[in-house]
Amino acid sequence: MKILVTAKRVTDPDAKIRVKPDGTGIETAGLEYKLNPFCENAIEAAVSLIEKHTGEVVAVTIGNADVEQNLRAALAMGCDRGIRVDIADDQLDSDLAARILAKVYEAEKPDLFLFGKQAVDGDSNQVTQLVAEYLDLPQACFASSITIENGEAVVLREVDGGLETIAVKLPAVISADLRLNTPRLPTLPNVLKAKRKPLQVLTPAALGVDTALKVATVAYEAPPQRKGGIKVKTVQELVEKLRNEAKAL
Amino acid sequence: MGTILVIAETFGGKLRKSTLNAITFARTLSGKTGGDFAIGIIGSGIAAVGGELAGYGAKGVYVIDNPGFASYLAAPYAKAVVALADQVGATQVAATSSTFSRDLLPRVAARMGAGMVSEVVAVVGDGAGVKFQRPMWAGNVLATVEVKSPKAVFSVRGTEFDAAGPSGGASPVQTVAIAPDADANQRYVKFEPVVSSRPDLAEASVVVAGGRGLKDKAGFAILDPLADLLKAAIGGTRAVVDAGIAPNDLQIGQTGKVIAPNLYIGVALSGAIQHLAGMKASKTIVAINKDPEAPIFSISDYGLVADAFKAVPELIEEIRKLKGA
Ligand SMILES: Cc1cc2nc3c(=O)[nH]c(=O)nc-3n(C[C@H](O)[C@H](O)[C@H](O)COP(=O)(O)OP(=O)(O)OC[C@H]3O[C@@H](n4cnc5c(N)ncnc54)[C@H](O)[C@@H]3O)c2cc1C
Ligand SMILES: Nc1ncnc2c1ncn2[C@@H]1O[C@H](COP(=O)(O)O)[C@@H](O)[C@H]1O
Repeated sequence: MKILVTAKRVTDPDAKIRVKPDGTGIETAGLEYKLNPFCENAIEAAVSLIEKHTGEVVAVTIGNADVEQNLRAALAMGCDRGIRVDIADDQLDSDLAARILAKVYEAEKPDLFLFGKQAVDGDSNQVTQLVAEYLDLPQACFASSITIENGEAVVLREVDGGLETIAVKLPAVISADLRLNTPRLPTLPNVLKAKRKPLQVLTPAALGVDTALKVATVAYEAPPQRKGGIKVKTVQELVEKLRNEAKAL
Repeated sequence: MGTILVIAETFGGKLRKSTLNAITFARTLSGKTGGDFAIGIIGSGIAAVGGELAGYGAKGVYVIDNPGFASYLAAPYAKAVVALADQVGATQVAATSSTFSRDLLPRVAARMGAGMVSEVVAVVGDGAGVKFQRPMWAGNVLATVEVKSPKAVFSVRGTEFDAAGPSGGASPVQTVAIAPDADANQRYVKFEPVVSSRPDLAEASVVVAGGRGLKDKAGFAILDPLADLLKAAIGGTRAVVDAGIAPNDLQIGQTGKVIAPNLYIGVALSGAIQHLAGMKASKTIVAINKDPEAPIFSISDYGLVADAFKAVPELIEEIRKLKGA
């Protein structure tokens, strides 16, 4: 079995993000970058599925040369090789990322294409579903369990109101939710091994993708800040304030 | 300019009230661009829902009622939505954000060749210059985006657009014969609902949320009598969901549900940015935490530094006294 999996780079999910005063983007000085946590879930799923079913895991990312560090982190988790498509993050929208990834799929022809449910910088939650439609493949998004049997993936999905199970015939597109697994930490030998794993660089032009955007971000600002209130000393005081001041009881 | 097709959401054959928030978005957007809107409903045995939506000012309510749509699956539903959009001449599609619309709408966008804006919180400008605001980075950044493609798809954050009230008049309700193709690529297997007698987390006016500090299922259960008393929904942090203390459906935050109740009471949770992203629009925020430095206090109207296992029973007692119950 061959699995293609995304390794998107994001700003450290726990970093305090600040907007540049001129509103053209975020302050990047001193920011650290990590693998998108949801991609880590997807990579863990890909690697453990291949450990069980044998085959190859190919990690793919879109971004400038500086995202290669995070692609190497995916290789250190056990992916066999990497592909980077060279275009700067700020020249992408979800649709272009999806059209690029659909082309990589066509070049690789995997049995399964695994994604993270959402990139925690842009918070769009679109790319997986867009890719599925562009490729006319079945999708199973927000997976908290994946079982491959008889040429299909049986997927437990985290949805409003409970848990849903659907089955999608391979090849299929699946996005990982947080409960899918606990991503492994790369061991030092695997980090060293990852440095020698093959890494291919492609361009949107070589893939034949038109880089025009459908959605452009024109301004960034800090949202209105909520002011902290007061500390109450006792439960009685809390109830009194809620009753008489906030009128919430 | 153009028609916006609002996709209604149903659950167990009944309309989800969250649909009304997307109607407000459609009214707002069409008001700014001089267009109109229509409502589409897809499912099986949902014909009655059409009538329920006839009083909101849509140019038409279109019902696709087919046993083949009894269970939601993304690909056939997306085909049906796009076929309906074409039929009614809609160039835009919108729905209130939920796991249903997040799963469905991007597929619709790809099929229509449309750009999609996720989690719209505001419409700014008007006419051809209309733009949309949406949160990024767990709500730490508010971005303004412009759709460049002639067609557009929107998921709408329900907490930022009020539920629409009826506007009088009666939209024509029409049945549309669109059926799913025979499809062996995907099948629905089952749904395991979280059964609860409490109000829906996304719609409740009071929410009591618990975090890791409550330790286990028995600890989390101290919130039950409080929620009973306040007719509140219960929610939780990722930590308690990951630990199996609360079901996934109750996760509040960046990657869970976004809520804005009248009163939010956070108990033994730290207030990580990912959690704040899902509740900081609440009207009144109360935090109970034994750590005076917990980040949740920085956005709370009322903070109580206390052990939850002591404070929650006391709080229940005080509210009982107040309510004379
Ligand atoms: C990709 C990603 C997505 C995420 N999405 C979400 C999300 O959608 N929602 C979400 O909530 N989190 C999310 N998280 C997790 C988030 O970062 C935090 O880890 C999580 O919110 C912490 O949960 P908590 O506050 O319950 O636990 P902790 O941070 O461990 O806090 C427990 C708190 O309880 C207090 N406490 C302990 N005992 C008591 C007591 N007896 N009485 C009173 N107080 C007590 C402690 O002082 C502490 O402040 C996400 C993380 C990542 C990386
Ligand atoms: N630049 C990128 N490189 C690789 N994968 C990406 C990229 N952008 C998005 N993805 C994938 O698409 C998923 C959803 O992203 P989004 O729609 O942006 O929230 C992510 O979790 C990744 O799996």
